[in-house]
Amino acid sequence: MSYGTATSACRAVFVRDFGLVWRRRGDALNPVLFAIMVVALFPFALGPEPKALQQISAGAVLVALLLAGLLSLDALFRSDLEDGSLEQLVLSPHPLALLLACKIAVHWLTTALPLLLVAPLLGEMLYLPRPVLGTLMAALALSTPLLSLIGAVCVALTVGMRRSGMLLALLVLPLYVPVLIFAAGACNAAQQGLPTLAPLLWLGAALALALVLAPLACAAALRISLN
Amino acid sequence: MNSPIDSEAPALLQARGLAYLRNDEPIFGPLSFQLYGGDVVLMEGDNGSGKTTLLKVLSGLLEPSSGEILLNGEPLTLARLSHQVALLGHLLGIKAELSPLQNLRFAIGIGGLRAGITPHHALKSVGLEGYEDVPLRQLSAGQKKRVALARLLLVPAALWLLDEPYANLDREGIGLVNRLLELHALRGGAALITSHGAYAYTSGTPRRIALRNTDMAAA
Repeated sequence: MSYGTATSACRAVFVRDFGLVWRRRGDALNPVLFAIMVVALFPFALGPEPKALQQISAGAVLVALLLAGLLSLDALFRSDLEDGSLEQLVLSPHPLALLLACKIAVHWLTTALPLLLVAPLLGEMLYLPRPVLGTLMAALALSTPLLSLIGAVCVALTVGMRRSGMLLALLVLPLYVPVLIFAAGACNAAQQGLPTLAPLLWLGAALALALVLAPLACAAALRISLN
Repeated sequence: MNSPIDSEAPALLQARGLAYLRNDEPIFGPLSFQLYGGDVVLMEGDNGSGKTTLLKVLSGLLEPSSGEILLNGEPLTLARLSHQVALLGHLLGIKAELSPLQNLRFAIGIGGLRAGITPHHALKSVGLEGYEDVPLRQLSAGQKKRVALARLLLVPAALWLLDEPYANLDREGIGLVNRLLELHALRGGAALITSHGAYAYTSGTPRRIALRNTDMAAA
């Protein structure tokens, strides 16, 4: 008789969740399409002047990606709750926080990483100055996992409710705002030729903290939601 | 109850004065009972009498409002509990997009594997040979139930908590559940199963617990 190791449990979560995303790979592209559509609307609203667009380019890309991420957040635990997989996950002998961290990692890799990859294209659509692109990508690389982790805790809190969409947005957005401010701060500094290290380090520090605490909070919140 | 209370070994599962309230409304209890290795106990009760809630409390998903649960004579902690208990609820905990084999591999990954059995064996013993790689959404409700039963065979839990295991199953499937329960009891495991009374575990005479609304009687 063997209960397996925590590593094999994590591998099982990775294999299953990637398998599920692969089966619904059409859905996986939705956030990317959404972000592209949002960014494509800005030149229509503000006019095609490169100068005006350049001014808001980094911020617009950040907001578009944040909202696109929010779109896919609700689905994080929804299907697992509906088919009872979540109960089995909670009843596993392995640490729930660890298994949830794996789920969040898969979610980030399959929803946020594609967004990260199209970010240069989105920037190009708004005449983002080339030197700022590096800072924008660094800010996104640090802030998107942070958003996924914060979002997962809020989803875990609301997953027990039937129509949690609006509540989730209300819960999540105030927590997203500081992340957005630091990420946009780094981009603005880069645009003005100022040092960008400080806001990026703040994002990194917050990410390190969230990596440790968010899975634990998520596990506690899920146990409450299942009650 | 007819269990060997004087035996040396502590009960596999012991409930003492277990009760659960939701919004101050009693759902069930207070209940006291014991399960020993080899026991199969049938819990009967009408809809709404708290059968499912009791199983959730015993599995550790819900915290009892009062009373305590002992596993092998020791107070329950979540870590100890999950090594001992396998729950089959109304929701089967399997993914419609994946094949039986993929679902079972996931269950083994997070729950562990009993010695001497493989997913292929388990699927064969629930009569799903040849369906290993068919997505579950193409299977019938009864066949999905059989996949969930195969999971019970694979995970190393000594105590099975089965919520309406006979639902959706044909006569052969009901026989299958009874055979699995018999085998589990012979191996020293115990099972607590709920039923609204339509079918019963027929091997030997199982002990019964009857749940009435907010009230309990042992028969």
